[in-house]
Parts: sequence; structure tokens; C-alpha cells
Amino acid sequence: MATRVLRFREALREAMVEEMERDSRVFLMGEEVGHYQGAYKVSEGMLERFGDKRVIDTPIAESGFAGIGVGAAMVGLRPIIEFMTWNFSAVAFDQILNNAAKVRQMSGGQLTCPIVFRGPNASARQVGSQHSHAMEHFYATVPGVKVVAPAFPKDAKGLMKAAIRDDNPVLYMESETLYSVKGDVPDDLDVIPLGEAQIVRPGVDVTLVSYSRMTHVCVEAAAALEKEGISCEVLDLRSLRPLDEGALVASVKKTHRCVVVHEGWPYGGVGAEVADRVQRLAFDWLDAPILRVSSLDVPMPYNRTLEDLCMPQASRVIATVKKTVSRGRA
Amino acid sequence: MSAELSETDIDVGLYRVLGDDGRVDATRDPGVPKDVLLRAYREMRRLRVLDARMILLQRQGRVGFYGACTGQEATPIATGLVAREADWVFPALREQSVMLVRGFPLTQFVAQVFGNSGDVLKGRQMPSHQSGRSVNQVTWSSNIGPQIPQAVGAAMAMKAKKTGALAFGFMGDGATSQPDFHTAMLFAKRFAAPCVLVCQNNHWSISVPTARQTAARTIAVKGRAYGVPAVRVDGNDFLAVYKVLGDAARRAREGGGPTFVECLTYRIGAHSTSDDPTRYRSDAEVEAWKKKDPIDRLRRHLSVMGYIDDALEKAIDEEATAEVAQAVKAVEEMPALPRRSIFEDVYAEMPWNLREQAEALEKLPPAPSHG
Repeated sequence: MATRVLRFREALREAMVEEMERDSRVFLMGEEVGHYQGAYKVSEGMLERFGDKRVIDTPIAESGFAGIGVGAAMVGLRPIIEFMTWNFSAVAFDQILNNAAKVRQMSGGQLTCPIVFRGPNASARQVGSQHSHAMEHFYATVPGVKVVAPAFPKDAKGLMKAAIRDDNPVLYMESETLYSVKGDVPDDLDVIPLGEAQIVRPGVDVTLVSYSRMTHVCVEAAAALEKEGISCEVLDLRSLRPLDEGALVASVKKTHRCVVVHEGWPYGGVGAEVADRVQRLAFDWLDAPILRVSSLDVPMPYNRTLEDLCMPQASRVIATVKKTVSRGRA
Repeated sequence: MSAELSETDIDVGLYRVLGDDGRVDATRDPGVPKDVLLRAYREMRRLRVLDARMILLQRQGRVGFYGACTGQEATPIATGLVAREADWVFPALREQSVMLVRGFPLTQFVAQVFGNSGDVLKGRQMPSHQSGRSVNQVTWSSNIGPQIPQAVGAAMAMKAKKTGALAFGFMGDGATSQPDFHTAMLFAKRFAAPCVLVCQNNHWSISVPTARQTAARTIAVKGRAYGVPAVRVDGNDFLAVYKVLGDAARRAREGGGPTFVECLTYRIGAHSTSDDPTRYRSDAEVEAWKKKDPIDRLRRHLSVMGYIDDALEKAIDEEATAEVAQAVKAVEEMPALPRRSIFEDVYAEMPWNLREQAEALEKLPPAPSHG
């Protein structure tokens, strides 16, 4: 099968362009998505291609254009709303939590809200506490929305196409630190279904569960651990809601150990959710407690050294894996 | 534009057509046909009767909550009569009745207050948050304000789809303090959205009077900062409201973009059944406003025009009372919702985890009766 090497941002753009070509109801709206070509150049060239009726630069008002998008979706369009970063979605939280997520349910299924909210999420390196939130932990708790966080260009494209075609609100988490990452993307790639995890590296001793940029950190840690004779299976969740419980449990039943790695704070969150499901559904297969590697439980500092200490690093993943494999080995 | 605000400015003064004596200011007579006036009167009377009955049901413990429109009927009824079939309505707390005017069945409307199997919202939304896809009316967003940018977004979508339709977005006076109001006004003008944004200024945001809500001289002047043309109208004057909303809708349909309308009115009853207004406002104030009742004013006008007599008035009231009584009776006989319905409509398709929860819930014993 023919493939091309694309950067993550190019894969996202291809998905949006293809879906906008396919469906005239789809449009892109956000701050600087048009004339400036996107704060991170994800939408480069799209204004020229589709015109300002479908690639819409907005005033700086996230709560405003989130609400505009929800209203447009309720009456039959399929908006893609770009947040310059997911941090800024905090001022639009009500439109997502109380409106997009609930329109279908509150209206008894009379109204729908097919909308994609997307943008970079979690740390972007040295941008301080207000620009480094891993917002997926808040949003993944909300029934009515789907949350995806891909790690590779192929998944970025396939999941974006699926998100745009989905009849539910989909919150699409990217990463500023992934936009330039390259990867093979099949020419004939269509949608990748939401809610399906993938094994990016098979192993037998421990399952590393992750998503988005931390999947790359896990792959790095797994390569280092292999040299020490520890075989890690890296499971990339890709979707956080719905969560691929089947893939998660199958992997842990094989390796008997589980370490969850994500950005964001350790209190609650996706890691705690994964730990709950694994202990509940694979308790008899576990040889060690499920451990988590997350950001430290403090607002993110700006200073690079301190920031490195706060964020999950391969070194911390390696140390945590060693802690878990030291238990219960025959 | 002068920085000075003048009573002659349409966003500062008060646009009125109907005098207290029921006579029309001849220079402003919008020439509303007899059938429209009588229809408006019937709708306003029915709404008054309906609200009174729903409050009573709540007091009897038969429904959980209600927020009445009493004293503010002119604006929603006028909206229902101005709106065309393809238009969308994004209401606030006191405009649910727009959908009744647009043909939504009263029985289904009342079923929403009970939240039983007759409710198209399947018992999920609070009373006074009615919605009907069949009449393009969405449910109110309780958090005060989110529906305003949504209305503008729907209007932008109408424009993009070239449907010629428009969106009505409603709010109370308190909502104009919310960021969502300001972003809605910003986008409405910036994108020339075909919409009519309507504030029912009823003087009280629960217990907060307008004077403590904002230092702006009127609510309507807030349109100036965004370049949105705004009108301040006597919200208890059906003819004035009908005229202003009709003009605003025409402007939107003709590509003239948004209009902001402040309807000055008064909430005669409590904010909702959870509120006791005697704790924060005087009986004298309420009594003074009762003398400006929008239904009485329209009634006087109908008399002056010779469109109504005591016999017709009586017949209209009896018809409304009977219709409401029949709807309540029909709704109370409707069965409860099946418990499995809890899991429907959370997503377009039911995910496996909800299917599992649904199966577990089905196995539980029947819920105790609350009746």
C-alpha cells in the first residue's frame, strides 16, 4: 500500500480539507485560522482554498465562538472549532459541558450537536501554568462527548475524519510538541474508528498505557528497558472516551502489570480511570499494583529545569516500570 | 452620535403605541389586523390561565418546578406571531410559549412539566425549559446567557445555508451582564447575522433590581458598543412589541443583520416556584405594575376597536380554562417513562458501557411509587 510521510499538522489539515471537500456543511472557525494560516499552521492554505465563508477568523472570544458553533450545529451545520490551545477552552467550558454535551439528551433526541472542538493540549514547553493544562482529564468525565488524543500522523488524520463525520460532539486533543512529528500515512486512509486503542510496540512484561505525546515517551522508555531485558507493551489509547476497555484488559492479562503514563495531575483523571478498570476487570491477572506516571501535583512552572521535573519523562517511566516488574516475578 | 443620551434616542426612550386608555397613537399605528389582535389576546389569556394552573400544580406537589410568564406575555406571543415557519427560537426562562403560538400541542407542552411519557424531552429537562424540534425551538440553557451566542450561530448558519430564515434569541435583564451576551452582540454585528436579540427587562433578576445590576442608563444602549441597532420598547404594549419585532425581523430577512430589542416589562409573580419575592420588593410596586398589565391593555384596545365584548371575553376565558384543564387531565393519565430511556440520546448510538448499565438497571426491582 502506498504511503506518504506527513507531519502531524499536515495530516490534520488533509483530514479537514478532505472532509470539507466531501461535505459542504463542514466549516472551520477559530482565532487566526484564516489570514494568519493558524497559530500553528495547521490550517495553512485553507482560507485560500475554501474562502472566508468556510474558514472563519473570529474575534478573541472563545465562549462566543464555541457558542456560535453549538448554535450552528444545532441547526444542521458541522463546525470544526479551533481553540488556539485547549487551555483557552476554560472560558468556553459551559458551552461544551452544559450545551454541546447535553443538547441531544436534554432535547429527547430531537436536536443534535455534531461539532468538533480541536487544538493543542497539555504542555507546549516553557509556557507556564496557565498554558500547560492537560484538559482531557476534565472533559473525559463528561457523558455526551467523545475525547480523542492521537500520537501519530496516521491516527491524527483518520481520527479527525471520523470526528468530523461523527454525529456527537468530539473533543480533539492535539499537542504543540507533536505538530512537526513525521509519520507514514497511507494514501487510501479513510476513517479510523473512535474508541479503538492500538499496540504500538508489543511486549510481555508490562503494559504501558498512554496517548498523545506520552505515547512517544513510552516508546522511548520501552526501547531503553529492552536493553535491560524488560519487555514493554505500549498501548496507545488514541480515544479516551469511549475507552477501549477490551484492548486494555487483553494487554494486561498478557503482561500482568500496568503502568499508565499521561500529562496532567495525578488526582483523578484518565490514569485513575484506567487503573479502576484494570483492577476491576483483570484483578486476578495482576502481579503488581497498577502505577501511574503523571505530571507532578503542582501548577506547571516556567523554568525549564523545574518544568522537566514536573512533566513525565522517560527516566521516570523507566524507574516506575522497574518498580512494578520487581514484584511477583517468578 | 452624541455621547449624551437623550430620551429621543430609540435606545433610551420608550417606544409606545397603546395609551393606557386603549387608544392608539395615530402617528404610530402599525395597523395590526383584527384577526391577529384577537389571536394575540386568545394566546395571552391561555398563557395566563396555563401559568396559574401550573403554579397551582407545583404547590400541590404534582410537578417539581415552574417559572411563570405572568405580566410578560406580550413579547413571547408577539414573537410567535411574527416568526415564520423556518425561523428558530432560542428562549430564556419566560418565552416557552412562543412554541405554543407556532403550533406545538398544549398537551405535549404540559407533559413536559410532568416529565412523563408524553414529554418529547423524555423527562430530562426542567419545567419552563420546553423545546420542540417540530417548531424549531430549542431548550433554554439554565446557566443564563449561553443561548444568546447559540442563537447568533444558528442565524449565521441560516445565512450560510441561504434559507432566508432568522433566529430569535432571548434573555432577561440580568443576562446582559454575562460575557455570553457581549460575545453574542459582537458576533451578531461582525458577521451580520440575521437575528433578533430580545431582552425582557422585567426589573428583577431574582432579587437583584436592574439598578443594582448595571449602571448603564438602559439595557438597550449596550447595543451601541457593538454597532447593533437597538430599540427600547414598552414590553406591556402588544402593538408596540409586535411592530418593533416585525420591523427587526424584516431587517434581518433583508440582509440588514441583527437588532437588539429591550422590552420593558415586569415580573408580576415570583422568579420561580423556588422564590418568595415579598422578601425583596414591595406590594405597592407590584400593584402599580398590575395596572399596566399587557392583557388588560390589549383588552381595552380591542374594546375601543369594537373587536370584543363581554360575551366574547367570557367565551375566550372559558375556552382557555377548558383547554388547559383537558391537557392536564390527559397528561396526568399518561404512563411514566421506561427506566431504560435514561440511557437513550446520550450519544447518537448507545455505547456498550451504557448498554451494560441499562441491563443492570432493568434487573432492579420497580421503583417505589411517589404518588
